[in-house]
Amino acid sequence: MQKYSVFSLVKNALSNHENWDLAWKDPTPKKEYDVVIIGGGGHGLATAYYLAKEHNITNVAIIEKGWIGGGNVGRNTTIIRSNYMHDDNALFSEFGMDLWRKMSQDLNYNVMFSPRGIINLAHSDAQMNTYARRGNSMRLNGIDAVLLNREQVQEIIPMADFSENVRFPIFGGLMQPSAGTARHDAVAWGYARQADSMGVDIIQNCEVIGFDVSAGKINGVRTSRGDIKAKKIGLCVAGSTNILAEKLNMTLPIETHLLQACVSEPVKPVLDKVVTFGAGHFYISQSDKGEMVMGGDLDGYNSYAQRGNLPTLQHVLTEGIAMMPFLSKLKMLRTWGGIMDMSMDGSPIIDKTHIEGLYLNCGWCYGGFKATPASGWTFAHTIAQDRVHDLNAGYSLNRFNTGYLLDEKGLGTKTWIS
Amino acid sequence: MLHIKCPHCGMRSQNEFSYGGDASVKRPQLGSEVSDQDWDNFVYNRKSLRGKHWELWQHLFGCRQWIKVERDTATHEIFNTLKANEEIS
Repeated sequence: MQKYSVFSLVKNALSNHENWDLAWKDPTPKKEYDVVIIGGGGHGLATAYYLAKEHNITNVAIIEKGWIGGGNVGRNTTIIRSNYMHDDNALFSEFGMDLWRKMSQDLNYNVMFSPRGIINLAHSDAQMNTYARRGNSMRLNGIDAVLLNREQVQEIIPMADFSENVRFPIFGGLMQPSAGTARHDAVAWGYARQADSMGVDIIQNCEVIGFDVSAGKINGVRTSRGDIKAKKIGLCVAGSTNILAEKLNMTLPIETHLLQACVSEPVKPVLDKVVTFGAGHFYISQSDKGEMVMGGDLDGYNSYAQRGNLPTLQHVLTEGIAMMPFLSKLKMLRTWGGIMDMSMDGSPIIDKTHIEGLYLNCGWCYGGFKATPASGWTFAHTIAQDRVHDLNAGYSLNRFNTGYLLDEKGLGTKTWIS
Repeated sequence: MLHIKCPHCGMRSQNEFSYGGDASVKRPQLGSEVSDQDWDNFVYNRKSLRGKHWELWQHLFGCRQWIKVERDTATHEIFNTLKANEEIS
């Protein structure tokens, strides 16, 4: 594989950039692989990469119904953070933060990781107390957290509404300075390129039709491009998990919902942090192109539509304008939607299943993108070693049976309520 | 925007309703022996498939009645609505 560097850039400039290698191949599926990963999104691509890199398993195929990076890895608001209170979430996410920091060098691909910091705004004394508690939990787990008072927040984001008579006055906030954003497409492409270079077959336009299961063991997968045998198969299809689970006669603690995001027209630099509204569900950052990147609530009813409905968008942007009134002057450039696995406790599942050789990676709710490297790393470990790693032990499927739920927000099982 | 035909009030905008989830889920019979699996299926496990889906909505800013709606989860087309006490056929 051609290494990307300033020298290769200069060299290729001399030939008008006409001789670059393809970033990844377009192979025909083989009859059999050691491992098949279903789903060519961020998590699937990362899993294949870490299978090859950490476990030396390179006879691997990723099969993807559409094109790689066309699902939620290309539809999110690119936020990366580890500001969790519960140990399982905190340690998993902070492990991921370390992988994010090294990712551009590791993948020889600029993922434009920008650790600009995230601020969760608080709008009451009670909320400040819960943030102090969460911040302390984070620090005990070695994650940076700073509790800010109203004046400190105002100094950092003066464009927020600090006037006296607002419905949700800003009391302060919890900041994780090391959180940030990254270029989401580059993450998918970087993992794809490296996985491909180590021998992984990336097979696009290949839909899963069914599974070959006998005597409690997985033997292979039937696809629109023929049958593929494999003793180990990993499902990385957040957004379509319920559909594939039905083909396996499994019913999972997951509902499929739609989440919208939008960007404004590009404007000059105004916001150098990720900010979330504490009295509702709204988050915002500014992209390198200057667009304000925004998101919030689910549409609120089970959906596979991959496009949003206006009432939710209006509701979310009303929250945004309450938080930062200048947003009302901006024109909307684009809105879009992605379909989410909403798990019943708001935390993901990375685990083995009752079918030998079948592994499950799903239930990412609002937080799939930031988990990409840690999810791929731990899922690769789970598949290669046939046992979960300490980091994803809390993300077990049977926690819904044993009662060890990971309900970070304490919301219960109404997945559409946020 | 969805338009939902409330069996009590007629066609209304989605903004008047709040969502209540899968309407096919049944609580295990009170007083009977309930297995862990039955309880998990009631509390957590959902099919949530692409296509026709019976679900509960409440006409919160209208008659406040709970209703059942059959909707396509991919196209949002609504095929049928029932009062809460009417059985899905």
